[in-house]
Amino acid sequence: MFLKELSEARGVSSREQEVRDLIREYVKPNVDEVFTDSLGNLYAVKGKDKQGPKVMLAAHMDEVGLMITNIEKNGLLRFAPVGGIDPRVLVSKPVAIGEDKVIGIIGAKAIHLQKPEERTQVLGFDDLYLDIGASDDEEAKRLVKIGDVATFTTQFQELGDLFLGKAFDDRAGCAALVELTKGEFDCPVYFVFTVQEEVGLRGAAPASYKVAPDVALVLEGTTASDVGETDEANYSTAVLGGPAVTVMDRSVISHPQVVARLFEIADKNAILLQVKRTITGSTDAGKIALSRGGVPTAVVAVPCRYIHSPVTVMSVKDWEQIVRLVELFVCDIAHKGVEF
Amino acid sequence: MDLAELLIALSESSGVSGYENMPADLIAKTWLGYADEVKKDALGNVIALKKGKGHGKLLLAAHMDEIGLMVKKIDDKGFIRFATVGGFDYRTLVAQEVTVHGKEKLRGVVGAKPPHLQAANEQKKAYLEEEFYIDVGFSSDKVREMVKIGDLITINRSVQKLNGQRYAGKSFDDRACVVMLTACLQRLTQLNHNLDVYLVATVQEEVGTRGAAVAAFGIDPDLAIAVDVCHGEFPGVRADRGFGLGKGVVISMGPDTHPKILTKLKEIADEAKISYQLEASTSAGGTDAWSIQVAREGIACSLLSLPLRYMHTSVETLDLQDIKEGGRLLSEFALKADRQFVEGLPCF
Amino acid sequence: MKELLEKLTQAYGPSGSENNIREIIKANLSQYETKTDALGNLIVEKPSPGKKIMFSAHMDEIGVMVTHIDKDGFLRFDFIGGVGPYHLPGERVKFANGTLGVIGLEKIDKISDLKKENLYIDIGAESKDEALKLVKIGDSASFISPFFDLGHRLVSKAMDNRSACAVLIKLMQQLPETNNHITAVFTVQEEVGLRGATTAAYALEPDYGMALDVTLTGDTPKGVTMEVGLNKGAAIKVKDRSLMVHPYVKEKLVELAEKNDIKYQLEVLEFGGTDAGAIHLSRSGVPSGVISIPCRYTHSRSEMVDLRDMEAVLSLAKAFCGADLK
Repeated sequence: MFLKELSEARGVSSREQEVRDLIREYVKPNVDEVFTDSLGNLYAVKGKDKQGPKVMLAAHMDEVGLMITNIEKNGLLRFAPVGGIDPRVLVSKPVAIGEDKVIGIIGAKAIHLQKPEERTQVLGFDDLYLDIGASDDEEAKRLVKIGDVATFTTQFQELGDLFLGKAFDDRAGCAALVELTKGEFDCPVYFVFTVQEEVGLRGAAPASYKVAPDVALVLEGTTASDVGETDEANYSTAVLGGPAVTVMDRSVISHPQVVARLFEIADKNAILLQVKRTITGSTDAGKIALSRGGVPTAVVAVPCRYIHSPVTVMSVKDWEQIVRLVELFVCDIAHKGVEF
Repeated sequence: MDLAELLIALSESSGVSGYENMPADLIAKTWLGYADEVKKDALGNVIALKKGKGHGKLLLAAHMDEIGLMVKKIDDKGFIRFATVGGFDYRTLVAQEVTVHGKEKLRGVVGAKPPHLQAANEQKKAYLEEEFYIDVGFSSDKVREMVKIGDLITINRSVQKLNGQRYAGKSFDDRACVVMLTACLQRLTQLNHNLDVYLVATVQEEVGTRGAAVAAFGIDPDLAIAVDVCHGEFPGVRADRGFGLGKGVVISMGPDTHPKILTKLKEIADEAKISYQLEASTSAGGTDAWSIQVAREGIACSLLSLPLRYMHTSVETLDLQDIKEGGRLLSEFALKADRQFVEGLPCF
Repeated sequence: MKELLEKLTQAYGPSGSENNIREIIKANLSQYETKTDALGNLIVEKPSPGKKIMFSAHMDEIGVMVTHIDKDGFLRFDFIGGVGPYHLPGERVKFANGTLGVIGLEKIDKISDLKKENLYIDIGAESKDEALKLVKIGDSASFISPFFDLGHRLVSKAMDNRSACAVLIKLMQQLPETNNHITAVFTVQEEVGLRGATTAAYALEPDYGMALDVTLTGDTPKGVTMEVGLNKGAAIKVKDRSLMVHPYVKEKLVELAEKNDIKYQLEVLEFGGTDAGAIHLSRSGVPSGVISIPCRYTHSRSEMVDLRDMEAVLSLAKAFCGADLK
């Protein structure tokens, strides 16, 4: 399993090169053709000339991160979020900046210097700085430049029965897609690793326009909030509850017959499947479903706790089930077609 | 017409989003003097083609629409209530002179309550949207005869020439960048440039970068540079959010920027001694680049910005030198970017 | 028209579950060969060599989706489309399989605390297991509200946008002789983002787009500031949040209304959008407009339209079908 490398690789939206290069190397032996497009989406194609419906499987390579917007006189760096980051998760975290992976930390005023009322106030992006240890702007400019991006430095590790790492949203989906390239299918399958999902589902629209699939599945790492004080009603999904199918979110209503087919397959093969219980959030499926004349599309996801933070947590069992589910789904499509 | 004259003429023409005919005709006429062909598409985008050596199709886009107001109700006393088209700061509307584009052009003012009639603390609060109305000085019957629901209202403001190359006026966002495209086009007529250049004055940017989306689909270019305005430096604006006037155009680094175009632009600017500034922009969206990048199978895209103070007011302020130098950068790019460069764009 | 409208509004069809509506429409347009696309749009075509005009009326309505079933059999839910939580306590809902329920509210101190998280659906089940026999997570429900005939004024849920569906059905039934190629698309998923119209417009490549939809009115006590009102005729849209109506299309509609003596009003809407917002951005651009049916209390369970306005919209749509377009 290729999750560790993928989780640790760095790929802030629009700077996905490291992730792309890793995936390209892994999938090359398994597929007929690998190429990229003008946005940086990576396509791996298998059975291009086979009969049967054209299936598109998509997962996004990018992760949320930070971009350096200014270098101040005192050598501290200003930054802005790339994608949806809650500034509260940033305080006191190390990050790696730019191609040289310069280490910086996100500092905050020591508790001793704060007035009591300050302690309950959220530190927003305008209050936070990155400290790379430079004593002035000239020194800082030798190490980093404006426009560089930064990622969390979390190492992949085991956490009890679960995995801990950064960017499982959506490297869990990427890893599943890589695994699936090993399968044998009786129809053309386009494995698409998209860019810029976190900044507005940017890569998926051109990718689905290019592929023009008959049916599509998006593989995601999605919110699990089966924790602490959350009401069960707001769990969204639960880790170890099996892959989660999205019926509806802000961007898409998954095609009802595709969803029905997924449940049928799960039932028959004793795969645990859960429905994602909130309709918040958006995925690449929103763009793929509306591509050209419309594409029957659904989302299946690995439940991940604490997404968009430096420490995401998921279960390998959910991940294995999603790989199996999607493999069976593609085989089913190849044999039964897409007459929904 | 030289560039300064064109800037003034475009600024003073009325072209609220969806109703860009007046600037469109002026632009089409101007470009016809330099381009191989000029046409309008279904939504009114003006598209000029300046053929080069055929190494690739470059789309240059700047929007020609402006924010404006629209009549939504005429009340019993003849006061006009209005909706906005595009993002307006209502506070800039107080006591402005406007033109209501009814059956004929009517002069109007945005009313303001005199200080004498205000309660003690009232001046500390901004007016609410619901409190705004326009007075055209006619009775309700006469207004209804002259004005229909849906008629447009624009702010009256002639361009003010300030010191040096600085100008102030309305709708420099983004017609100043149409002038930059024109500067590029003029220069292209003297160059044997590699790329075929499609210059587009887009419609309906202010209501959601709509014109650029359909223009990009229709033209299907290999690469594109959108040109729009960014905020000029100003007291109270952070250094990474406001850029110097007269210090050159701003090259944007963000998700809507193709890394190879970014590098090439910097390289070409350095070679041709064109000064530029850099902006790390993560909050992409809000410019034509956003729509163009995801058209069809995806288009390698970049964004150039012109520093502009007091954006979306009637006294937007800029430096003409930035426009000229920006035009030079665009033309140098069309001259020097070649087939090999274009073919390398999809290779990541 | 009233009978058809009652049938359409009372039927079940939240966004993504438009099957019932589609079947009613098909039954009323049996003289045509219809087709359904990948998202579920129903497409009815009357070919001709002239300009291709795409009419659209969306079939879907707002509703709710079950997100959780608790141990006592109560259902938690989220909204489909623009639902206001303040309307909901005490309302009744119906699921696709006919299961009925009422919306309950937790004890709250202030009405301003009312959020969707405080609301639940009671389907009369006494346990989770019992509830699961009737409903599962991810199921949609629509609101229930009887059809009132108040003479000219008609009231029901889902007047948005079944009133326009009724008009578009009548248009296709009574289509005048024309050289223009007329396509009627009964679209899906408008309430969640103009989605059906997006794919239909791409596939059909029309020369002109014309959405039929409801609009708000400014004719109720201390309501929205706008001039549109009931019984003031077909509303010719100038703009909304999704669209600046193409000036040529707007002027053409005004000209046709005046020539044919059709009562009309002009509409500037500061909220919302319609299918035309999606159609006009399709491919390299499609000049588009909207003819609206004024509707009070939109997105409530008691949406009110005026039959005379609907007739005017139908007449104007007919006139546009026959128009000589550039």
